[in-house]
Amino acid sequence: MSKARGLADLGNVYDDGALSNRNLIINGAMQVAQRGASFTGLTNGSTGYTLDRWRWSEGGSPSFVTDVTQDTSAPDGFASSYKIAVTTAAPSLGANHSLRLMTRLEGQDLQQTAFGTSNAKNLTLSFWVKSNKTGTYIAWVYNGDAARHISKAYTVDAADTWEYKTLTIDGDTISGFTNDNGTSIQLEFVLAAGSDYTSGTLATTWQADNLANRYVGNVNLVDSTSNYWQITGVQLEVGDTATPFEHRSFGDELQRCQRYYQEVDRGSGIIAYASIAYISLPYITTMRAAPSFGTTGPLALNDARTNASQTTAHVVAYNANTSGAFTQMDNFSPSLAVYSAALMRGNTGNFVTLDAEL
Amino acid sequence: MDTANITSAQYNSFEGQNASIQATIDGTEMSVPLDPANRHYAEIMRQVEAGTLVVAEAD
Repeated sequence: MSKARGLADLGNVYDDGALSNRNLIINGAMQVAQRGASFTGLTNGSTGYTLDRWRWSEGGSPSFVTDVTQDTSAPDGFASSYKIAVTTAAPSLGANHSLRLMTRLEGQDLQQTAFGTSNAKNLTLSFWVKSNKTGTYIAWVYNGDAARHISKAYTVDAADTWEYKTLTIDGDTISGFTNDNGTSIQLEFVLAAGSDYTSGTLATTWQADNLANRYVGNVNLVDSTSNYWQITGVQLEVGDTATPFEHRSFGDELQRCQRYYQEVDRGSGIIAYASIAYISLPYITTMRAAPSFGTTGPLALNDARTNASQTTAHVVAYNANTSGAFTQMDNFSPSLAVYSAALMRGNTGNFVTLDAEL
Repeated sequence: MDTANITSAQYNSFEGQNASIQATIDGTEMSVPLDPANRHYAEIMRQVEAGTLVVAEAD
C-alpha cells in the first residue's frame, strides 16, 4: 500500500468515526484458547465454543467429522489461525445439513453502525483465509434482533495459499440493533450447506431471513478427508474501508474474551460440613451476564490443616451475578474441620468454568 | 443438531428460594443462573415452554 493510499484510508476511517477500537470482532487473530487448542471428533451434537468467541456449529444430523486446532500456520504478522480439518467426509449432504464457524456480537457494541436509520453505515469485513479446496464460500451476517440477513460470497482462488479478503456489508436502514447485552449480529463463515440453505437466490442485500437464500453457491468442504480450511485476522469495522488488522495485546484480547468465558481456581469461604464448603468466587473480570458454572475436573481446597480434593467434581452456584457468586462445593475427601476457613488451592490443574457466551 | 441436549434439570434452593438450576447440558453438568440473558437458562426455558423438558423441584 502506498503512503498516499494509506493516508486516504486513514481519512476515511476518521470520517467513519474510529481510529482505535475499530475491530468489532474479539479474538480475530485466534490468539486466545482458554478451553484448549485442540478439539477432535466434532460431529453431530458437537456444536459449541472452541477457540475463544468462535463457535463450531453443525446443522441437521450430519455424518461428517472434523478436528479443530489453533494452528501455527498464519500469514506474516500473525501467530495463529483457526483450522478445521475434515476427518470423516460427507460427499453428499442432507438437505438440512450445514457446517459453519460463527461469532456473535452484543447490540450495545453496535450502536455506532446507525443501523435502522437513514444514516446506516456500511461495515467492512476483512480476513485471511487458506484452504486446499478452491471455490466460492459465503460469509453470512444475521441481525438477531430483526431476523434479517445478508450474505456475501468470496472465493478461495489458489489452493494452500493465504489470501486476504475484504467484503462490504451494506448498512441496513430498515432495522437496527437493540441496545443491550444480547446477540445482535451473528457472523458465520459457511463451510458446507445442504439444499435447504442453497436452493434460492443469495441474499446479497439485507432482507427478511429466508433459509433458502442464506448460503447459495457454497462449496462442500467436507466432501473429502483431505480438505481443510483456515482463517485468521478477522476484522469487522464500521465504514467502507478495510484497514490493516488492529492488533491488540494478548492481555487485552484475553480480558475481552473473559467477559464471555473464564476459568477460576482460587476462592475462599468456610467449611460447612466435613465434605462440603461454601466458597465465594470473585470473577477475573465482569461478565456479560450471570454465567453458568461448571468444572474441568475435581477441585481442591484446604482448611489450613488438611488438603482435600473432590472425589467427584461438583459445584452449585447460588445467586450468581455478573461479578461474583456464592458457591457450594461438595464431595471433598479426606474430612475437613467444620467451621474453619476454606481456601481453594488451585493445585489440581482443574478450574471452575464460568460461561456467559452469547 | 444445533440445539442443546439437556438430559436433566433441577432447581437448587437456597434459604427456601430457587437460586439456580443444576442441569446436564450436552453431557456436562452445569449450575445455571436464573438469568434470561444466560444462554443456557434461555434454552432451558425454551425447552420447558416447548414441553420437551421439565425442571424438577429442589430437594
